[in-house]
Parts: sequence; C-alpha cells; structure tokens
Amino acid sequence: MRRRELLTYTAAAALAGSIGLGAANAQDTVKIGVVGPKTGVLASGAAVTHFPSFKLWAHQVNERGGLKLKGGQRKIELIEYDDRSMPGEAIKAVERLASVDKVDYIMGVYATGFNLATAPIFAKYGYPQVTQAAVTDQMDTLTKRYPTLFFVQGSTTQFATSAIQVLKQLKDAGKIGNKVAAVNVADAFGIELANAGRPLFKQAGFELVYDKSYPLGTQDYGPVIKAAKAANPDAFVAWSYPPDTFGLAEQAKIENLPVKAYYSAVATAFPAFEKKYGKSAENILGAGGIQDSPAIRKFYADHKAVTGVDADYWGSPIYHAMTEILTQTFEAVGSMDRQAIIAHLKSHKFKTLIGEVDIRNQKLDKFWTVGQWQNGFFHAVAGVGFDKYAPIQLKTGW
Amino acid sequence: MTAGEKRGLIVTAVIFLVAAMLPLVNQGYWLSIGVSIAMYTVLATSWTLFSGPTNYIALSTAAFFGIGMYLVAAFLDWAPFPVLVLMAVVVGAAFAAVIGLATLRISGVYFVIFTLGLTELVRQVVAWMQHVMGTSSGLYVLISMTDPILYWLLLALSAIVFAIGWWIGRSRLGFALRIIGNDEVVAEHSGINTARAKVYLFVISSAFAALTGALVAPRWSYVEPTIAFSPFLSFQVVIMALLGGVHRLWGPLLGVIPFTLLWELISANFPAQTTLVLGVAFLLIVYFIPHGVVGLFEDLMRNRHGRLDSIKGTLLRWRSGNA
Amino acid sequence: MDIIIIGLLLGGTYALMAMGLQLQYGVARIMNLANGEILVCGAFGAIWFFTASKLSPIYAVLFVVPLAFAANWAIYQWMMLPLVKRAKNQGQLEVDSILATFGLSFFVIGILLAVFGGEFLTYSYLAQPVRIFGEPYALNRIAAFIGSAVLCAGLYAWLHWTRAGLTMRAVSVNPGAAGLVSINVTRASALAFALGGAVTAAGGVLLSMFLTFDASLGVAFTLKALIIVIMGGVNDVRGAIIASFILGLTETAVATLVDPGLTLAAAYILFIVILLVRPEGLFGRRAS
Repeated sequence: MRRRELLTYTAAAALAGSIGLGAANAQDTVKIGVVGPKTGVLASGAAVTHFPSFKLWAHQVNERGGLKLKGGQRKIELIEYDDRSMPGEAIKAVERLASVDKVDYIMGVYATGFNLATAPIFAKYGYPQVTQAAVTDQMDTLTKRYPTLFFVQGSTTQFATSAIQVLKQLKDAGKIGNKVAAVNVADAFGIELANAGRPLFKQAGFELVYDKSYPLGTQDYGPVIKAAKAANPDAFVAWSYPPDTFGLAEQAKIENLPVKAYYSAVATAFPAFEKKYGKSAENILGAGGIQDSPAIRKFYADHKAVTGVDADYWGSPIYHAMTEILTQTFEAVGSMDRQAIIAHLKSHKFKTLIGEVDIRNQKLDKFWTVGQWQNGFFHAVAGVGFDKYAPIQLKTGW
Repeated sequence: MTAGEKRGLIVTAVIFLVAAMLPLVNQGYWLSIGVSIAMYTVLATSWTLFSGPTNYIALSTAAFFGIGMYLVAAFLDWAPFPVLVLMAVVVGAAFAAVIGLATLRISGVYFVIFTLGLTELVRQVVAWMQHVMGTSSGLYVLISMTDPILYWLLLALSAIVFAIGWWIGRSRLGFALRIIGNDEVVAEHSGINTARAKVYLFVISSAFAALTGALVAPRWSYVEPTIAFSPFLSFQVVIMALLGGVHRLWGPLLGVIPFTLLWELISANFPAQTTLVLGVAFLLIVYFIPHGVVGLFEDLMRNRHGRLDSIKGTLLRWRSGNA
Repeated sequence: MDIIIIGLLLGGTYALMAMGLQLQYGVARIMNLANGEILVCGAFGAIWFFTASKLSPIYAVLFVVPLAFAANWAIYQWMMLPLVKRAKNQGQLEVDSILATFGLSFFVIGILLAVFGGEFLTYSYLAQPVRIFGEPYALNRIAAFIGSAVLCAGLYAWLHWTRAGLTMRAVSVNPGAAGLVSINVTRASALAFALGGAVTAAGGVLLSMFLTFDASLGVAFTLKALIIVIMGGVNDVRGAIIASFILGLTETAVATLVDPGLTLAAAYILFIVILLVRPEGLFGRRAS
C-alpha cells in the first residue's frame, strides 16, 4: 500500500511542481501555447512548417525586446506539446495549455482534423483559433459553428479548381492537349481533392484518360506511372501526399513521362523536393507557391539562420504572415485580452509578408494555390485575391 | 453470493459513484483526462474479456473502433446519432462473428498478426470505398457532445463491461474459459465447445470496441482512415491491459489509470522528448513490474511484512537474468 | 512482363524489410516491434554518409552493418535476456518482448528525433532508367534488388551449409531440445538477434536510395515485416523470402490489372487467405 501511495504522491507533486513552475514565470513573458505532431505520421510536415515558424517568430520578436504591450515590453515564451499525430492527444494538450498552463494565446494546431477536434476547447475557453494548416470545404459551416475560428488557407475545392485552371490556361493557349491522367492518394486530402477535381476537369473540357487512387504507403509507383503513360496524357495530376509526391516524381523521371504539365499536390513546395530532383524538378507544379521579392528572400534566409530548417513554399509564408498579424494585433490591443484580440482580428486588415490581408469574416481573402519550380524558386502561378502571378511554363523533359 | 463477493460489488459501486462526480468538480483538463481514462478502460477491459482467459492477443481493437466511428460519420445525415450507435454494435458484432468463426484454427503469434492485418485490410477497404463512392474521406461529425456527457456515457459503458465480465466469470462460460486458458487441449477433451466460447467472447469484446468508436466520433469531429484505424490504438489498449494484469477483471483498469497519468506527466514535463522518456518509462515498467500492477498489488498484499523483500527479489531476479 | 519485373523488384524490397525480423523471431523468439526503427537507423546512417561524403551510399553498409550487429547484440544481452530467463513459457516471453521492444522503439524514435529532427530526409542516387525488355526501370531499385538477392542467398546458404547456421535452425525448431544436445541456446539466440538487426539495417541502407525517410516511419515498416514473417511461417527464412516475393508480385499485378487503390487491400487479403488455409504460414510448422 505504501509504495503505491508513494507513487501517487510523487506523481501529484511533480504535476503540482510543473504547474507551480509555470506560474512563477507568469509575470514577465507572454505565454504562447503550441501543439503539433513531433512524432507520428504527420510529424515530418510539421517539422518543416509548424514548429520552426513559431520559433522564428518568437526569436525575431524577442530580439527587439518583446511584444510592446501596455505596461511595457514582454517577451514571448513558447510552450510546446507533442500531440503524436493523435487527435485525442491534441485535445488533452490544448486543455492542458488552457486550464493548467493558463497560456495567453494558443496557436492553431497542425492539420485540418486536429483543428476540428480541438475547436470546441478553443471555443470553451474563449481563445481565438487562427488555423494555419487547415484546408476544408466546410469553412462556412465551421466558421458559423465556431465564431472564433479563422481559416487562412483556401478550401479544398479552390485548390483543385486552381490547379485545373492552370492546365486550362495552357490548353486554351494551345500549348497542351486535353488528355489528363489523374491519380490520388487514398487518404483524406487526396480523396477530397480528387472528388472535387473530377467534375471540374470535365467542365474545363478535359478528358480523364486515367483516374485511379493508390494507397498511402505504396512502395512502388511503377505500375501507376506506367499505366498513366500508356494512356498518352498531355498532363499529369497527382493529388498526393509527401511520400508519394517524391515517389511519383522519381518514377516519372525514370519513365521520362512525356507530359507538358506535371502537378503533384502536397510537398512539391518543400525545398527538399527541388534539392533531390534538381533539373528534373524544373517546371513541376504543386500546391502553394509564393511571389518572389527581396522581402521574401530575406524571410527564407532568416528562417534558415534562426531555425536551421529551410522553410517551404506553401505553409511557411502563411504561418509567418499569421504571426505578423498576431504581433500587430497584440500590440494594437495592448494586452492579451482574448475578446479584444478576436474583435480586432474581425475588424482590421493587416500588412504582412504576403501583402495586405483580411480575415475579418474568418476566412483569408488572398492566398496562392499553385506554384511552379522555376530556376530553383517555387513561383506562384495561380491564386485567389492577388492580381499578378508568374507565367506558367511547360515541362520540357526530365 | 458470498460475503466477499457482496463486498466486492459494493466497493465497485462506490468507486463508480465517486468517479461519476468528476464532471461536477472539474470541467476542463482533469475531465478530459477522465474521458481518456474512461474510454481506454472500456476498450482494455472488454479486450481482456476475450484475450485474458484465452491468452490470444488480439490487435483488432482499432478495426472495430474505426468501424463504429465510420458508421456514425457516414450515415449521420440519414439517421439520428443514437440509432447509429446501436447500429455500430450490431455491425461490429456481426463482423466479429464472421471473423471469429473463420479464424478458429489460427493461434498464437499467427493470431496476433492476423488481427493486425485485418485492421489494415479494413482501413484499406474503407479508404478505397470512399474514393469509389465519391464521398470526401474526412467525414465531418458535427454534433455537440460535451465532455461531461461523453464521460458519463463511457463510465456507464465501463460499468456494463464490468457487469458482463462479472456475470461471465460466474457462469458456465467463465468456467469453460478458465479451463481453456489453462490448457485448451484438455478443455476440448472435457467436452467444452472451445470454438463457441472463443467466438462469443470475441464478439462481445469487439462490439464494445465498435460502440466506443461510435461514441467518440463527435469528440474528434473529423474522421479519417489513418486516424480511426490507427494500429497504435490497438497496441495502446493491449499494453495498458497487459500492464494492469489480464487475469483479473479489474486488472486493466489498474493499467489504464497509471498509464494515462504517466503519459500526461511525461507529455507535460518533457514536451520535446516525450517519446524518448515514454520509451524509458516503458522499459522500466516491463522490467520492474513483471506481473502487471495486479501482480504487484497482490504481491504486496500477500507480503505485508516482506515488502522490501519482494522489491529486493525483483532486483535480484533482474540482475541474475543478466549474469 | 513488366508486372513480373516490377513485382520482383518490389519483392526484393520487402525481403529486405522482413528477413531480419524472421531471424529475430524465428530463432531468438523475440517479437521485435522496434524492427522498423532499426531499418530507419540504417537508412539515416546511409543518408548522413551520402550527404557528408558524397560517396556511394552503399559504402555506408560497411559501418552500418557492424554497428547494427553490435547494438542488437547488446540489446539482446542486456534487455532481452532477462526477459527470456524469467519467462515461464513462450507466451509470457512474447508478451514481455512485445512490451519491451515497444518501449525500445519509442526510445529509438526519440533519439532519432533529437539527432536528425523530424523532417523528411532523402537523396537522389542512381535514379536513372535501365531498359529491360524495352521498359525502363530505376537503377537504384535494381541495385537494391541485387543487394537483397545477395543477402537472401547468403543468409540461406549460411543457415543451411554452415554449422552455425545449423545451430540456429535447431534452436528455431525447438529451443528446449536444442539445449539438450549441448547447443548454447543463449549464444545462438543472441547471434540470431544481432544478425537479424544487422540485416534489417543493411536493408535500410539499400532502401534509402529510393524511399524518403523520417524519424517516425519505423512503424509502417514493422507492420509490413510482421505480416510477411507470419505469412511465410516463422520457422524458416525461406518463408519470409518467398512471402516477400509473392506479396510483391501480387501487389504489382493488382495495381496494374485491377486498381492501384486495392494494392494493399489485396496484399492483406492474400495474407488472410493464406493464414485461413494454412494457419501456420507457408513454411511454418504446426505447434505440437
């Protein structure tokens, strides 16, 4: 009996101690809660886009002395938890941040499903929930249900539409024919994109000569690429996830897939993609993209210098823009009063790295949807809400 | 009913009543942990109903959990939630019956991996079906289910699991199971229909898993194959049950609670090295608590005076294992 | 025709994943859930080597294999042996080894995360087409296949034509009886465990040529290896090898002729059907 009690007391003491430690630092810093997958199936994406973005933000703000709030400057302190790619863990972590650590603000968690699972908790404690990595077609339903939930990516349909629009532009200019081979990974985002895309292809006057899915975790893309090649497509579209984006590209290179337009959805925007494929990656299209400018180049340099990780060309700039919005909001409101913060987010426009943005009705008004590797930079060739995009180029071999 | 059994029942009832008061005291962090504990208690105890007496380690919990979850998510527009929950039980039970009957000849480690493969198969088929049927993979379950309600539902469910387990233990089925667990060949030769016993239990155990999945669907809100059918869920349930001890009805509970609390403790205090510290904690548990928490508890109870001896004994055994 | 070639290449890939586990479970009776993590370690070793030295990553085998051998030997001696000694029967050993290797896998993931970070690591090597019967195939996959074939043949030869191999096979059939004929079961098991780990790590090196890796990827490989080892029957390495190739060919056939979306579903159906027809796996022996 005594040993078990001892264990219980130790555990309770440790927990109390951790709470106590948290409370001791409360005065000087602004505590920002971060939850994301450090391990598990989603960890690899979060390691590039999610965690480093916040590190960069905290570093840059603290370098200049901290957030300028009423009553003085306060530095940012990040409190991070690993949700291990499990929604149940994310829920507990957000609860912990809200009720035990009592943080001043909680960042949106990583991935659509996890944001949805934790939305009730954000709402319960009145924390604004500015997501960064959530793409869904249910934005209207969800923003109505949770008035403090903000989406800053387009919807699934918008991503599919944009990709197809890019192809349509090439077709209308007579640069490619109308035969498309489309494949998708048989998991969440891949299936949603494929289902959204199918009718859109038809509307745009394309013929789907190959339309198949493949399981997540496929090791060999030989059969898929060979079959797609045999259907003689003019363009190849893959609604894919990181492992398959890489795998398909390698196989397409081996097969010398003779398409003039090649699109693979997620992770094409990772610098690792271009590093691995070099010349072969030239003119590959993917989700995301960014407009080149000296400010953007500086962002990438800073990101690498501070976090040691190369930022990607899709999520990272958006994450950064969101942290800029938050800095401006916190400093404009002058405190971490959540109601005031939410009111400010819903009534102002903000100048950010990606331009002037507006999330007043809980949805971002401008975002890039399609990028293309041109000369080692993933230029935005399509988007929503911007007026200028890089020209779309044809793929001329591997 | 003996006096001892009556006492056991009263103690159990009191424990449940006390547990039910949690949402009245805390509606935040501790309640969310309570929900987690309640959920895993249902899963681990119902798993033990089958795997405890038969010694067949089933890694199929996630398959049925996912089926329950998907049933709710897929048909939410056509039927009310309670109906779907009941359907989850029926479908889960039916599926388990088919699997159970088909796999009677498979035993040992083959059975373990078979159930793992089964879970993966179900996941693949569900994902493919969604692609073919053109519905979006991530299905949205946007019903309000507050934590207190979910907690009470899961608590009630675990009470039912315990009740069924207790009843089985006193019935002829339980008697048959004890013999099967000791020596299946002897059981068969004694005229016990081992096949039927095993299938019954597998069905009951899996039906509970499906039911739990259905209940949890609203909490997670967004259901996708990789998460709903995660093999990790199956492993976690097995490990919690083994940790607690599978030869007593309340064994898994004694595994779920420390495991969940330890998990929280580590996640909260080692956010950057959660996985690493968890691994170390695991290894320590395996080596120093060989018979599960139940074993530890019973050792200590039996050895009131020799507590230090039993700790010394464990250490000695470990060291001599290394010689 | 290309179904057969792709299927064989894929089978070779799978054999690399599964052979090591077969040794560890078949002989040492340890259900090593950290098997996938060992493979990832091997892959990371090769990636690090290639990025640092620009020499062929295949050379990484030279240091990955001995390191993996030594590490797995140590793991067996210090972590598994106490469990073996205290287990009263095979079932308890299995349970204990599942729990312990599960903890071990977490530990290794944590270390990999701390050292390499959580991101994707990948490189491009031998990603050139080779034409066989007119169709292009990736040179790196062919190289991996050759490596796999060499390993399979080497392992099989060693097991069947050397005394040490005979010892291992004896232990895998019946450890109790093997002990009675003065075989040092502990040493044989340790050797098998270490060798299994080394083979898996070597597999990781070869696979890193064309697959992308991250610290958390081990679980997927462990799962696949478990399926293959069980399908082939735990007692004989031939089982794992044959099962790998059957799986590779089946998956490729289904992907090409039916629907790529059913690839893995077909693999699992095959697995289940084989077990239903032959509950001890293809080359397994009925437990008496």
